[in-house]
Amino acid sequence: MQLTIDNKRIDVAVGTTVYDAAKQVGVTIPRLCYLNLEALGIENKPASCRICVVEIEGRRNLAPSCATLCTEGMTVKTSSPRVLNARKTVLELLLSDHPKDCLICPKSGRCELQNLAIRMGVREIHSIENAEMSTYRKDQSPSIIRNMDKCVLCRRCETVCNTVQTVGALSGVNRGFMAVVAPAFEQDLQDSPCTFCGQCVAVCPTGALTEVDHTPRVVRALADPTKTVIVQTAPAVRAALGEAFGMPAGTLVTGKMVAALRQIGFDYVFDTDFAADLTIMEEGAELLSRIHRMLEGDSNVKLPILTSCCPAWVNFFEQNYPDMLDVPSTARSPQQMFGAIAKTYLADRIGVRRDNLIVVSIMPCLAKKYECRRDEFKVDGNPDVDYALSTRELAQLIKEANIDFNALPDDNFDAPMGESTGAAVIFGATGGVIEAATRTAYELFTGKKCRQIDFHELRGMEGVRTASVDFDGTPIHIGIAHQLGNARKLLDGVRAGRYHLHAIEIMACPGGCVGGGGQPLHMGNAQIICARQQALYREDAQKPLRKSHENPYIQQLYNEFLGRPLSPKAHHLLHTRYFDKSTNN
Amino acid sequence: MNTTDHDEHPTVDGIPERERAELKDCQIQTIKNICHSFRHDEGELINILHKTQESFGYLPPEIQECIARELRIPVAKVYGVVTFYTFFSMQPKGKYPISICLGTACYVRGSEKIVEALKNELGIDIGGITPDGKFSLDCLRCVGACGLAPVMLIGDRVHGRVDPLQIKDILTLYT
Repeated sequence: MQLTIDNKRIDVAVGTTVYDAAKQVGVTIPRLCYLNLEALGIENKPASCRICVVEIEGRRNLAPSCATLCTEGMTVKTSSPRVLNARKTVLELLLSDHPKDCLICPKSGRCELQNLAIRMGVREIHSIENAEMSTYRKDQSPSIIRNMDKCVLCRRCETVCNTVQTVGALSGVNRGFMAVVAPAFEQDLQDSPCTFCGQCVAVCPTGALTEVDHTPRVVRALADPTKTVIVQTAPAVRAALGEAFGMPAGTLVTGKMVAALRQIGFDYVFDTDFAADLTIMEEGAELLSRIHRMLEGDSNVKLPILTSCCPAWVNFFEQNYPDMLDVPSTARSPQQMFGAIAKTYLADRIGVRRDNLIVVSIMPCLAKKYECRRDEFKVDGNPDVDYALSTRELAQLIKEANIDFNALPDDNFDAPMGESTGAAVIFGATGGVIEAATRTAYELFTGKKCRQIDFHELRGMEGVRTASVDFDGTPIHIGIAHQLGNARKLLDGVRAGRYHLHAIEIMACPGGCVGGGGQPLHMGNAQIICARQQALYREDAQKPLRKSHENPYIQQLYNEFLGRPLSPKAHHLLHTRYFDKSTNN
Repeated sequence: MNTTDHDEHPTVDGIPERERAELKDCQIQTIKNICHSFRHDEGELINILHKTQESFGYLPPEIQECIARELRIPVAKVYGVVTFYTFFSMQPKGKYPISICLGTACYVRGSEKIVEALKNELGIDIGGITPDGKFSLDCLRCVGACGLAPVMLIGDRVHGRVDPLQIKDILTLYT
């Protein structure tokens, strides 16, 4: 059908919104609540903010372009004086009860509301002295802070939490001025079914949802001469950190990141990838032992085995599948394996007492902040990992330290816990953990060298996918899901007998950890997430060693300290257990 | 660098148990029956809440949780609907629930004075319930009897052209 937008004629398909049609003629209409999660086919368009209004000839009222469909012969004006006037008034009304502490707001500089105010040149808000201000209590969980005074009720968080993740922690509650997005009974996030995946934070346009900031504590530890402070960096961080310094998505900054961490003052710069290799040794051994038991006819064996690297996923199944707590792998996540080895084996090697060793992790994830506080990962109250910073917090720390990140030379991780293989790097992409496990499990199972290293059938962005890998005559069926809504689909399918699988990898975030809630905000943009994924596969391809069991420092760790995978010592340090946390039990 | 600490928060010792009353088996059965009569259809949530409030008098958290479980929807969503409509209440009602109309006609004819008189007489606020559980006090907007303004409902009974001075006498009808 044909219509005219800002004097330009355009042909669009039936069902196109005015907002999308305008985009096709090169006009990006400002918007606040609207969010298109293209990769998921999910749109958030409550049409509640009224920023995207346009004038349509023959219609009395201005129309929200995000929720208005094009009709034949329509004439649209996206920036007539009437539209601009209304848009500015709407914005002023939104700002009238919004806190004005932009200078110290954690979202400052990345806030969509602030950007709109700048773009529209708002310099005063009429009758602001009469405006009533929201005074909702601040809710601080171990990972996420809810500051509802800054909420513009765009409902993006609700769409992500309910429709995408199917967690259902958030809902619009109350009405009128008291309306707010909150968990049931307005309880705290940490008492709700929230998994701390942080995807709500990744799409929040304002400072209403932000992460708990651990940088001040890290800085204090770094300044304390009695502490040895070591750092580990998760694989997904190196594929996204550059974005915070103006680099295009998918730029690998591994070397610069190491250099920056050293300059900030960490005593040792290590890699979570080392622990990812270790995870493969333990999880792979567990998978093989379950498969062997199955092949021997043991009917009690729990298959498919589920990965347990993702802390939001762990929270999700503890909440939603309390009857299946013995199904997931008992292997701890790489972050926690790293902490447990650092505070025993490494502390011994470098001669530092446990309580003087501070382990900091840099994670693409907000659930990691919760994970490192879990009681199972503490010894006499001392946590294996002391602080988990997000990629965003690291970027902040680098800026605060006045480091010219883009000009840094490449540096290398320290030995022994900085050495890793390509298998570990791809942990950050959906399908990566299971591909890494396949590379090792194949060789351990068949006793033969695995010629194939790249398992393209396990890669991709499909929400739920399955593939079979031939273990020299024994087909191993693998399932992969990313985003918790897809995890639920896959698991319900397994329960209903629709899938017969041996192993399942699940990651809570879109595209795996690369799309994590702690990364530079992806705002639902799948292209950014894919570019980060590709960066990780590039780093994997460049690595001299690409199978976890070939990591010489992992071999040394087993020889000197752990014995063998699943040994009693490995069990004690590298495995965990799960708890029934269903709210409806 | 900034070294102030804003991140004090309680440690996580498992998920804390929220205080909540247990529903009796027969109460759960009542809720199940109501949900069943609406085919466990999520789209019938408002009707289900209506029926449930009719049976229990109010919708405390444990009842909302039970409905959420039955319909397989997040309890946050149920709570969202309960808090959106003023008709739904999370507070128990008295044996004789009192509602004062604050609609335009009643308001201009002094219904606010009736509210004050009731507050004084019963010693409770709007939304409250007397300690003996006999009366609860609420406001509403228009019962469609504007000709009788100001109007007060006690239970199903309509009292019209109420004078604040009559309040004491009217209440004695309900002893």
